[in-house]
Amino acid sequence: MLTKVLSFIGLRRNWSIPYILFLLFFVLVPLALIVFYAFTSEQGGFSFINFRKFMMHPEALKILIYSIGVAMITTIICLLIGYPAAYILSRMESSRASLLVMLFILPMWINFLIRTLATVALFGFLKLQLGEGALLFGMVYNFLPFMIYPIYNVLQKTDPNLIEAAQDLGANPRQVFFRTVLPLSVPGISSGIMMVFMPVISTFAISELLTINNIKLFGTTLQENIYNGMWNYGAALSLVMLVLISVVSLLSNQGSAKQAEEGGLF
Amino acid sequence: MTDNDIITVEQLSHSFGDKVVLQDINLSIRKGEFVTILGPSGCGKTTLMRLIGGLLKASGGKITIAGKDMTFTPPYLRPVNTVFQKYALFPHLNVYNNIAFGLKLKKLPEEVIKKKVMQVLKIVTMTDYEERDVDTLSGGQQQRVAIARAIVNEPDVLLLDEPLAALDLKMRRDMQMEIKAMHKKLGISFIYITHDQEEALTLSDRIVVMREGVIQQIGTPAQIYNEPENSFVADFIGESNILNGVMIGDCLVEFAGHRFECVDTGYSPNELVDVVIRPEDIYIFEKLEAAQISGQVTSSIFKGVHYEMMVNTSNGFEIMIQDYSGFDVGDTVGMRIKPFDIQVMKKERLCNTFKGIIEDETHVNFLGNTFECIDTRGFESGTEVKIKIDFHNVVLHDNEEDGMLSGTVFFILYKGDHYHITILTEGNEHIFVDTNDIWDDGDRVGISILPESIQIENK
Repeated sequence: MLTKVLSFIGLRRNWSIPYILFLLFFVLVPLALIVFYAFTSEQGGFSFINFRKFMMHPEALKILIYSIGVAMITTIICLLIGYPAAYILSRMESSRASLLVMLFILPMWINFLIRTLATVALFGFLKLQLGEGALLFGMVYNFLPFMIYPIYNVLQKTDPNLIEAAQDLGANPRQVFFRTVLPLSVPGISSGIMMVFMPVISTFAISELLTINNIKLFGTTLQENIYNGMWNYGAALSLVMLVLISVVSLLSNQGSAKQAEEGGLF
Repeated sequence: MTDNDIITVEQLSHSFGDKVVLQDINLSIRKGEFVTILGPSGCGKTTLMRLIGGLLKASGGKITIAGKDMTFTPPYLRPVNTVFQKYALFPHLNVYNNIAFGLKLKKLPEEVIKKKVMQVLKIVTMTDYEERDVDTLSGGQQQRVAIARAIVNEPDVLLLDEPLAALDLKMRRDMQMEIKAMHKKLGISFIYITHDQEEALTLSDRIVVMREGVIQQIGTPAQIYNEPENSFVADFIGESNILNGVMIGDCLVEFAGHRFECVDTGYSPNELVDVVIRPEDIYIFEKLEAAQISGQVTSSIFKGVHYEMMVNTSNGFEIMIQDYSGFDVGDTVGMRIKPFDIQVMKKERLCNTFKGIIEDETHVNFLGNTFECIDTRGFESGTEVKIKIDFHNVVLHDNEEDGMLSGTVFFILYKGDHYHITILTEGNEHIFVDTNDIWDDGDRVGISILPESIQIENK
């Protein structure tokens, strides 16, 4: 018996079994359940009623479009602030840079609900109105490190020989940046975009707290439906978001591969 | 500077922090010339190239390129292009766009760019590769693209930084021939950096031998090989026997226990010199009557074209000889050397000299340490003096802690009957040692100096 168990463990391909089980129970089964619920009516039969409800319901659609807008603006602001920060960090000597990167990442160690509540308090203290502005501030504040880190990582690993080669071939500092540094950092930019854009669409706590629940994002709608027992409709909304995110990540993957080839960015 | 020179470098120096890596470099390169900068790693050759290319700012001196002072010109304004050691091809661009990089910056019309790119692709025999990703190319192909990317800009000077170091031997030989042919075809100056003496001899019109940031010799391959100016050059280029000798008078030199006729004049009588004899320049034969010196063969190895033999002379010198006919180990042989094949060099130094300060009657401070000595010859404490120590009076220890100082074996020269070793101390000073013990490059050693070996002289 014992030898049987030992030989079972000894086989290297058996080592993957726990992971396969994990994937099965925590990824595939829930996903199947979401799909099942989404295509099931309240009464229990197969139907498209949940999707029809979403399409007919202009408010849900509007919230989705609004959420995408917020996510895009947040991503752009994060990119505009994050890229120069990452670039400056990558140019520093490594000991100082790693300390600064730590400082950028440090707030992430604090629970983001506490951070957001503190932001609310800060806005109150400064007598600033909560609302759309506060929402964007909160989003950027929360997700900026996710933009800086991957870009910093890529920039830091850029071969300095390539920059020298560009200079040697006649590129002035501006041309060096736009023709080598920037295109070479595209993989970092695209993973930064993915890390920011997707969570922003689905976050609900930040919008709830920073707009006193005045502005609803798609995540909020989702959460409210599930919370109120509308499992089928909630599942359908989740599926919509899932499809959306897959499309974005697919596009972004393909885009970066293509851009990396051509050396362009947009 | 004459009209024929494309680059002149005057009194150029460079240091990284406290460490001086280039010292007083003077060099001029003619239009269309193939110049190789040769030296062991860390000799400053890459720094020199980067200064010429503008990738480093000189600490002192002047660089003139194509008649203009370009000492502080940024790299993108210099008429110089570089082939980097690790190729540095842009991974985000294909072969065509890598090569077109410089031309596109000049905003040339697309059809001109295309024509030029196709032309250089033909020169480097890479036609039909323009659409390929650079990552999919072999080392040799990447090398060709790197060369194409540089020469397409039609620079006045092409810098090549050990371009073949990453290729295997056969590939390297082929590429050497191609680079030489390319140089002929393009007619521009090439500055070629390498640590491979054979490559330097094969390719160059002129060779610049460097060591520790200082130029040792500039000359044609034949000059460098046949008339090395010092023992470092003789040892670094090709195989050689380097022996201590004494100049008896004009055209007469004594070494290995025999007086030889030579062709060198202008030395003072009995001046100590270094003598260099190439192994292929020694005649070896059975008849002892005609011999200048005789000895016994201790090893004989067939090298393909010739035999390489080690011969111990009757008075204790070991000499390397290369000859088409081989002798067996144990054979007694005679040897002759023609006057013209004996290269006599001035000795760079006759003993170690250091700056020191007297501490008290029996102690003197130098090399950052206090040493006991027998006699301070009445110098008062605090006086600056010159310390002399003979090469054979420096004692080396296997164990670093056993010495008063520690250091690293930096350079080893075999002198036929002993080793002449250069030690680099912790404080970046050189100590020269004559010893019969065998050490390896990079060995950590302890150094001590006995009180009776320290000679103190007026500064």
